[in-house]
Amino acid sequence: MTAAGPALAIAAAVRGGERSATSVVEESLAAIASGAELAAFNTVTAEAALARARRIDDAVAAGEDPGCLAGVPVALKDNICTRGVATTCSSRILEGWEPPYDATVVGRLNAAGGIVVGKTNMDEFAMGSSTENSAFGPTLNPCDPARVPGGSSGGSAAAGAAAMTPVALGSDTGGSIRQPAALCGVVGMKPTYGRVSRYGLVAFASSLDQIGPITCTVADAALVYSAIAGHDPLDSTSIPEPAGDMSGALGEGVAGLRVGIVAELSGEGIDGDVSARLGAAAESLASLGAEVGEVSVPAAVYGLSAYFLIAPAEASSNLARYDGVRYGLRVPAATAADMNVATRTAGFGDEVKRRIMLGTFALSAGYYDAYYGKALKVRTLVLRDFAAAYERFDVLLAPTSPTVAFRFGERTGNPLAMYLSDACTVASNLAGHPAISVPAGSGADGLPVGVQVMAPALGEAVMFRAAAALERAQADRRPAGSGGATAGSASP
Amino acid sequence: MTERISRDDVAHVAWLARLSLRADELERFTLQLGDVLDHAADVAALDLEGVPPTSHPYPVGNVLRADVPDGALDRAEVLAQAPETEEGQFRVPPVRGEAP
Repeated sequence: MTAAGPALAIAAAVRGGERSATSVVEESLAAIASGAELAAFNTVTAEAALARARRIDDAVAAGEDPGCLAGVPVALKDNICTRGVATTCSSRILEGWEPPYDATVVGRLNAAGGIVVGKTNMDEFAMGSSTENSAFGPTLNPCDPARVPGGSSGGSAAAGAAAMTPVALGSDTGGSIRQPAALCGVVGMKPTYGRVSRYGLVAFASSLDQIGPITCTVADAALVYSAIAGHDPLDSTSIPEPAGDMSGALGEGVAGLRVGIVAELSGEGIDGDVSARLGAAAESLASLGAEVGEVSVPAAVYGLSAYFLIAPAEASSNLARYDGVRYGLRVPAATAADMNVATRTAGFGDEVKRRIMLGTFALSAGYYDAYYGKALKVRTLVLRDFAAAYERFDVLLAPTSPTVAFRFGERTGNPLAMYLSDACTVASNLAGHPAISVPAGSGADGLPVGVQVMAPALGEAVMFRAAAALERAQADRRPAGSGGATAGSASP
Repeated sequence: MTERISRDDVAHVAWLARLSLRADELERFTLQLGDVLDHAADVAALDLEGVPPTSHPYPVGNVLRADVPDGALDRAEVLAQAPETEEGQFRVPPVRGEAP
């Protein structure tokens, strides 16, 4: 790693006065500048970040503890509101908008001593699996610049993979944290729905959206998760129970843990190289004492269809607010109604228009019962089938993405082909369950493959426990000095 | 089984969503939305009689707080983000198409 190193090590060094937050942020900004051709960032907040770093250094010098993320550079997906700093959702329709408030997660990162260094590129309004739907152009995959970084949190994943920032936040509505993490070879985690406040996350599909960390190690993901999770009165769907400290779970090992490979998500439609890595991951857990078996989650087969009715339906409602009246773009016209149409037509890209229309259709008279109504019932089946699976298993295992990173343009002409990128991830969103993608070696062309550990609602501890073991097993197989996972940092 | 979405359906949905489509866009979106809805035919074809819908993954009820003004955003800061304002309010073009 060029910049910084893992967040745990940075925070420990800054808190101990061995490194200055200023030097850490300078390294991060230098890495961002030298990797500018990857287009991971929409905005870099260099001055504000350096000013904050100086304040943290002053605090340490004064004997204060800035917190568990002291001096850690953080990148925020550009749909997370930052007061006075452009928040674009990579859309023209939010041109020039500077939110008048911070998202709750931003306040929590700041309170823990983290330092926001910028806002990352994404598929417009988080709709996409490749970052090719950004109005500002795509982000390149640091592992192979001819390929997509995944999406929609592609900028955040690329920032991690290129060692620009040890911590990035993304949002995951159908896999938008986990899939880009898998395609870029980093860790991406979606918490249980309601664990992390959505206050200040620009809404895509409100019953599915969840903010989570993208990091280079499982231990860092756990650290960031604990820092941002917890009840928030500003989000009415926020879970009251405290999120807890995950560090203890990381070193527990998997002896006796029951691990189920989801049959419906690991067979048909999954590339052979990805299946091979999943098999190797399962074997490594078994060799560490886990009881590995196969499990059926029958409704998972319908997950993608249900997701592509429910998410667009919610989006069509959420995105009705972009009307050219209160913020962002306005295209002038003679009447208010014409202004609404002209603004939305010029401001939204094709994928956003497709999803708004799909959702409007699924909700429209005559089709509601056949599409949206049915999809909500499938969601019940997904929950039931997961509940049955978790009677027999503690965690479930599946690929994160059916393929390794694909080439630019490969799926842009065929929206359905792009949607299939989310086949393995959407079930966790429909169920509201936590899931994490962990790097699991290389597939075709040496590109990274991610394996997903899923757990029942509020099961973050057991999820991190299995993920940390999986990461250690990878590190043991890798030749020394090749970077990546650091088993030694498993407990702070 | 439902029929494939038509150009007229898409034009109607675009109107409901306050989007204006060129002829070539209408053609393209009709095909693409048809493909996605074909994929969703497996869901539309399921017999789910008696299965209750789930609109939310986690049991949530109404969340209430005391009715005391708290945490309002600064009016000037909010209005500063608007394309056009007048006398502390958002300004829009005439609703009926005539000058006020």
